Amino acid sequence: MTFLNLKFFIHRHTMKLYSGFTTRMTRKNCSFQLSNSRLCALLSLLLLAVPSYAQQDWIRTGTGLAVEKVRLAVPDFKASNNDPKNPDLLKTFNDTLWNDLDNAGIFDMVSKSFYPLQQPGQPADVQFEAWSAPPPNASMLVFGNLGVSGNSVTVQGWLYDVKNTGSPQVLGKQYQDTATTDAVRVIAHKFADEIIFRLGGGIQGIAETRVYYVSDRSGHKEIWAMDYDGANQHQITRLGSDALSPRISPDNSRVAFSALTKNGWDIMMYSLDLNRLVSFPHFGGTNLSPAWTPDGLHLAFSSSRTGDPEIYMVDASGGDLRRLTNSHGPDVSPVWNHKTGAQIAWVSGRTGLPQIYTMEADGTNVQRMTDQGYAVSPAWSPNGQFLAFAWIRKYGPGEPGASDIYLMDIASKQWVQLTHDGGRNDFPSWSPDGRHIIFQSNRSASLQIWTMLADGTKQTQLTFNGTNSQPNWSWK
Amino acid sequence: MKQGRMKWILVVFALGAIMTLGACKKKVVPPPPPPPPPPAAPTASLTANPNTVEKGQSTTLTWETTNATDVTIDGIGAVKPSGSQQVTPTDSTTYHLTAKGAGGTQEATARVTVTTPPPPPPKPSATEEELFAQNVKDIFFDYDKYDIRADQGGALQADAQFLNQHSNVNFTIEGHCDERGSTEYNLALGDNRANAVRNALVQAGVNASRIKTISYGKEKPFCTESNEQCWQQNRRGHFVYQK
Repeated sequence: MTFLNLKFFIHRHTMKLYSGFTTRMTRKNCSFQLSNSRLCALLSLLLLAVPSYAQQDWIRTGTGLAVEKVRLAVPDFKASNNDPKNPDLLKTFNDTLWNDLDNAGIFDMVSKSFYPLQQPGQPADVQFEAWSAPPPNASMLVFGNLGVSGNSVTVQGWLYDVKNTGSPQVLGKQYQDTATTDAVRVIAHKFADEIIFRLGGGIQGIAETRVYYVSDRSGHKEIWAMDYDGANQHQITRLGSDALSPRISPDNSRVAFSALTKNGWDIMMYSLDLNRLVSFPHFGGTNLSPAWTPDGLHLAFSSSRTGDPEIYMVDASGGDLRRLTNSHGPDVSPVWNHKTGAQIAWVSGRTGLPQIYTMEADGTNVQRMTDQGYAVSPAWSPNGQFLAFAWIRKYGPGEPGASDIYLMDIASKQWVQLTHDGGRNDFPSWSPDGRHIIFQSNRSASLQIWTMLADGTKQTQLTFNGTNSQPNWSWK
Repeated sequence: MKQGRMKWILVVFALGAIMTLGACKKKVVPPPPPPPPPPAAPTASLTANPNTVEKGQSTTLTWETTNATDVTIDGIGAVKPSGSQQVTPTDSTTYHLTAKGAGGTQEATARVTVTTPPPPPPKPSATEEELFAQNVKDIFFDYDKYDIRADQGGALQADAQFLNQHSNVNFTIEGHCDERGSTEYNLALGDNRANAVRNALVQAGVNASRIKTISYGKEKPFCTESNEQCWQQNRRGHFVYQK
C-alpha cells in the first residue's frame, strides 16, 4: 500500500444501505488504487464489526486500522552536567522532540506513565527488559542527554531497538550548537527527522519544514512564516495593503503571492535571500493564486487581463506568458502535479458553481473531478495520486454551507471526507512527506491555521493571534 | 516688588517738588501790552480720493489750511497745516478736520464710503461627484452569479443614461462578493462581476476608456453579518467616482 494509514469514511446511510449487500460496495465506495476485492473484503468486515455511533452521522473505518504502528518510547533527555542553563533548554528539547515524533503519525507513542523509574541518559543505562516488556511494551526507545558548556550546547541522542538486545543501536547522533532555545529546537527537529527517516520507510521527515501564510495581526493582511509546528511565527512582507495566496518556491528562496497595488491585484515576488521584493511584471487585470512547478522554473496563475479570469503560465522571471484556459467565468487556484510537474488542477466556474478540474500543462485533456456543490482550493499530493480540496457538498440558499476538507484519488475520482467538526475549512496544503495536511478553519470562532494527518486525525490548531489563513507548506 | 519701590520713589520726589514750589514767592504780573490788530480767520479744506472704496482698500485724504496753527483730524490726531495721508477705514467714515488759528476755528469734512464686495457667485447646486453619488446605482447579483439579473436592468439603464450625459466623468467598478466560499474564487468572481457591469455599460454606449474595474472579492464587505440580507448587500458591482 502506497499511502500509509489512509482511512475511509463512509456515511452511515450508505453503510445501512449496503451492510447487507457488501459485494455491491465494490463499485460504489472502494477506492485508492488497491485491489478492489481485497479492499472491499476488508471494508465489509470492518463495517460489520464497527458499532454504530448514534451521535455522529459518520463513522470511521480504515484500511490502516490493522497496521501496527511502531511503539516508540521517548523518555526525557537527561542533563549531562550541572550547568544552570540545562533545565530550560532540556524542556524545549524534550517538548519539541516529543511533539515532532507524535506529529509524524507513524508512531504509537508509549505513554510516559508506563515508563520505568530508571530512565537512561547513556547507552550503558539502558535496561532492555524494562522497556520491551509490558507495561511499556516498546519496540523502539529514544534516549539521550543534553549539556551546556559556556556558550555551546551538546546533545547526544540514540535510537535503540530494545527487542534486539544483541545489536540494539539503530541510530546514534551528536549535535553541537550555540546554547539558545532556537538552536536546541532545530537540533530536536533534526534528530526527530533522523528517527522518522529510519523508521518511516525512508521518507524524509518534515520537522525542519516551514509554512507560509496570511496574517492580519499587523493591521493588514501580510505574508508570514512559521515552523511547521507553529513555532517562530514572523512577518515577511510589509506592504500595508492586502497580500494573499503565498506560495513558497521549491528551493525555499522566493515567495510568490498576490497583492493589492495601485494597478489592482498583481503577482508579486519576495526574495527570502535578499529579504525584499524583486520585480515581477504587471499583467493587467486581476492576477491571483500563483503556483510553482516542482522544478521551480515556471508559475501558473489566474489573470483577467483579457476581461475574464483564465489560467496562465509564465516563467519564474515573469517572461513567456502563455494562456492555458479559454472559458467564460472564473478560472483560478491552479496547482501543479507535484510529482510530474506536467498536469494542473484548478477551480473553474464555467458551469456555474466552482468545481475542480485537471488538465495537461498545455491546456489539453480537461477533466472535471467534482460533480456537485462548491469545490475549491485544490492541493496536489507530493506522490501525485491525490487531490485535497475544500468542498461544500450541498451548496445553495438555505443550506448551512459547512466547508470541509476532502481527499480524492485522482485515478478513480473516489473521495473521503477529512474534517467533520463544523466551521469553514478551506485551503489545504500538503506536507512534503505526504502524511500531513495544513488548512484554515474558523471552527474556533476565528479564522486560524490547523494541521492534521492526511487521514483526518490529530487535528491541531497552530495559530492564535489575529486571523490567519491560506497556509502553504514548504516543499522541503 | 520692583514696581512698588518705583512708586515710592516717585511719591517722595513729587512731595519734595510740591514743597519746593510752594516755598517760592509769587511773581508780580506786569501790565498787558496794547492789543495787536485782529488776526485773519483760518481757512481749511479736506478731500478724500477716491471717496468710495471697497472694504479693505485704502483712500488718500488731502487737506489744506491757511492761517491755522493747530490742525487736527478726528481719528488721526494733530497733522501738519497741509498734507495728505492714506487711510483704510473699515466702515464708512466722515473725516473731520479742525483748523485753529489766532483768527478763529475753521472746520472741513470729507466722507469716505466703504462698500462691502459683492458675495462670490453662488456655487452650482451639486458637483459632478455629488450627482454621480446620487444617480449612479450599484448593481446587485445572485449568489455565485455574475450575469446581470433581470431586476437590475432598470438601474443599469439609468446608470448608463447618467454616465452618457456626463461624459467627462471617469469611474471605477468594484466587484464584491459575500463572505461564503474561498478567498481566491471570490476574487475571480468579483472580477467577473465588475466586468459584467462594465460590458453592459459599454454596450449601452459608455466609452470603455472611462471605466476601470477592480475586484475586492470578499475582502472589503459593506455588511459583516452572516445572513442573506447582508450577503445580498455584499454581492454587487459598486461604482466609485474617479477624481
